[in-house]
Amino acid sequence: MLNRFMQMRLRDLVILAVILFALPLFLNNPFYYDLATQMAIIAATVVGLNLLVGFAGQISLGHAGFFGLGAYFTGIMTSNYGWSSVPALVVGAILVGIIAWIVGRPILRLKGHYLSMATLAVGFIIAIILNNERALTGGPDGMPVPAFTVFGWELSPFGSYNLLGMELNGSEAWYLFAAVVLLVAVWLAQNLIDSPIGRALRSVHGSEVAARVVGVDTARYKSLVFVVSAIYASAMGSLYAHFQGFITPAVAGFDFSILFITMVVLGGMGSTMGVILGAVVLKLLPQVLADFQELETVMFGAILMLTMIFMPKGLLPTIQMAVGKRMKKKAGGQA
Amino acid sequence: MLKTILRRTGKFAAIAAAGLVMSAQAAEPIKIGSFLSVTGPASFLGDPELKTLEMYVEKINEDGGVLGRPLELIHYDDVGNASNARNFASRLIRSDRVDIIVGGSTTGATMAAVPLVEQAQIPFVSLAGAVVITTPVKEWVFKTPQSDRMAAERILGDMKDRGITKIGLISGTGGFGSSGRTQTLEVAEQMGIEVLADETYSGSDTDMTAQLTNIRNTDGVEAVLNFGFGQGPAIVTRNYAQLGIDLPFYQSHGVASDSFLELAGDAAEGLRLPASPLLVPDSLPEDDPQKEVVQNYKAEYEARWNSKVSTFGAYAYDGLMLAVQAIEAAGSTDKEAVREALENIQGYVGVTGEFNLSPEDHNGLDADSFRILEVQNGEWKLIN
Repeated sequence: MLNRFMQMRLRDLVILAVILFALPLFLNNPFYYDLATQMAIIAATVVGLNLLVGFAGQISLGHAGFFGLGAYFTGIMTSNYGWSSVPALVVGAILVGIIAWIVGRPILRLKGHYLSMATLAVGFIIAIILNNERALTGGPDGMPVPAFTVFGWELSPFGSYNLLGMELNGSEAWYLFAAVVLLVAVWLAQNLIDSPIGRALRSVHGSEVAARVVGVDTARYKSLVFVVSAIYASAMGSLYAHFQGFITPAVAGFDFSILFITMVVLGGMGSTMGVILGAVVLKLLPQVLADFQELETVMFGAILMLTMIFMPKGLLPTIQMAVGKRMKKKAGGQA
Repeated sequence: MLKTILRRTGKFAAIAAAGLVMSAQAAEPIKIGSFLSVTGPASFLGDPELKTLEMYVEKINEDGGVLGRPLELIHYDDVGNASNARNFASRLIRSDRVDIIVGGSTTGATMAAVPLVEQAQIPFVSLAGAVVITTPVKEWVFKTPQSDRMAAERILGDMKDRGITKIGLISGTGGFGSSGRTQTLEVAEQMGIEVLADETYSGSDTDMTAQLTNIRNTDGVEAVLNFGFGQGPAIVTRNYAQLGIDLPFYQSHGVASDSFLELAGDAAEGLRLPASPLLVPDSLPEDDPQKEVVQNYKAEYEARWNSKVSTFGAYAYDGLMLAVQAIEAAGSTDKEAVREALENIQGYVGVTGEFNLSPEDHNGLDADSFRILEVQNGEWKLIN
């Protein structure tokens, strides 16, 4: 039975669900819930980015731009125009999808470094616009965002809720919400990967020329996955804005884009569970290292460097490989 | 995994803290939490602030602490990033359970923490400038620096005294510059001063000749004001001199430091700006109540850290002293009592100015706490 489970298509999703819903047993402080919620939202963004980086093999250095656009669209629409959260999130995601499609078509014709440079520029432009349109975005000092509301029902990190007879405070409710969102994001991504589109994407990653030769419309698939990953980023940006309650243009900034890419690379390109691990590790490190004060940045860099030198495939794939080898050895010894 | 890692870090912290606590009394410490931009682009704010906090917490503990209890400073570095600031504020409130927060180097960092602070009902003294922090008044949020609005009032007031009614404005697009620009435009309208030219530059620009030429070519401009900080204003100052513009030139309090004089060199000659008296401690008149405080702070800071004192560190000094005074007045660390005591502090003479707080005013300073300085022979000269 264990064997059958291990071969199940959605095995990873089940494992993730178990971890996510068991985690509250170990969290005893709203601060941990806070962190875990952010991790889940960021992880879902990175799962989307991984479709582009890990499966289609295209690098985007401007993804925070899309994340920030989603966050600001939600912020502006809900606080200035009285929109409800869900329509703001959906319309924002559609708009960002259209923007990604428009800029994606010409950009994705570029290859290698040129593609990264172009996405980098898109990210920068978005950040500059958010910084300078002070009347709309509040400028560099940022803007407040109201709590997440659905049909007049409000999900605030400061509220208190009742779920199936369980008393939940706002942090716990948000965590559960974010956990479900992450599961849905992973489920969608897994389905996309296992569909014909996913196979086409992997063929693009393998060799674009070969993919074209066998009849894959590479330009179409590349821009499709670019749009999908941008929509992921935008939707998660909207949730992030609601959760944080306050956003600054830094959410669309270059540093944040690099953080996203680092999460993908560190966790393991092309491994959905891996990039989630990457997101968790990179969100956790600053908190863990905070006690080392001025050594924090040095240690952060050293950890990243050592991981990349000794685990070039990323954290999770390397661990899986090591465990696999061990199990094989064990099996061999027994026989 | 999360928990073990955090617990292990906790142990580290405990060991480190134990070393500190052992030197103090056995009484339970009063926890002062702080998140500051000690590294990153805003480190020129956070670094002197942290040094000031560390130094005066030590000093207060040597003198027997507050209410007979030692102070314990718990501080984190937000790298100038608002979402980090929010996370660390959350950690201070929920995990470290501090009694009061003194911190928030930038307006973004402060505002990101405000919703948490208001909800957790914990007194918070911010060290950031923008007027939005305390206007409208937020029950639990206080701040020590003068707002950019006061700077605008002071500058435009000085212009009016000189009979100037039409000005050209140039400002940075960073948080400080753009907030300052908005406030200047508002104040100018109220005071009946016309802003004829309104130019901006971004923080990484290396030449502002084009914007200044536009201002020079605008008919009727009688003075020029630059609102910004970082290296931008120094470049504006040099370009201003290179273009030979012969109009009174004003800068904001954002560049009120000795390092600005070094950057701008001779070009700064004759420019005016509003600043903390900390830049001219010795030329303050003898009867100025701030003179002694300012001189002491400057001497103590420079002796301890062997580096130049900065006005930003002074915000932290005033923040810590207000917190201490409020805790003493409240007689306990009960949060509501401390908040009320903070709100009722009257006549505290700090380095930044004289604070008179009230339920309607959580800043407590007035525009006169800025001194107008002029650069003469490469040095600051007190005008009024």
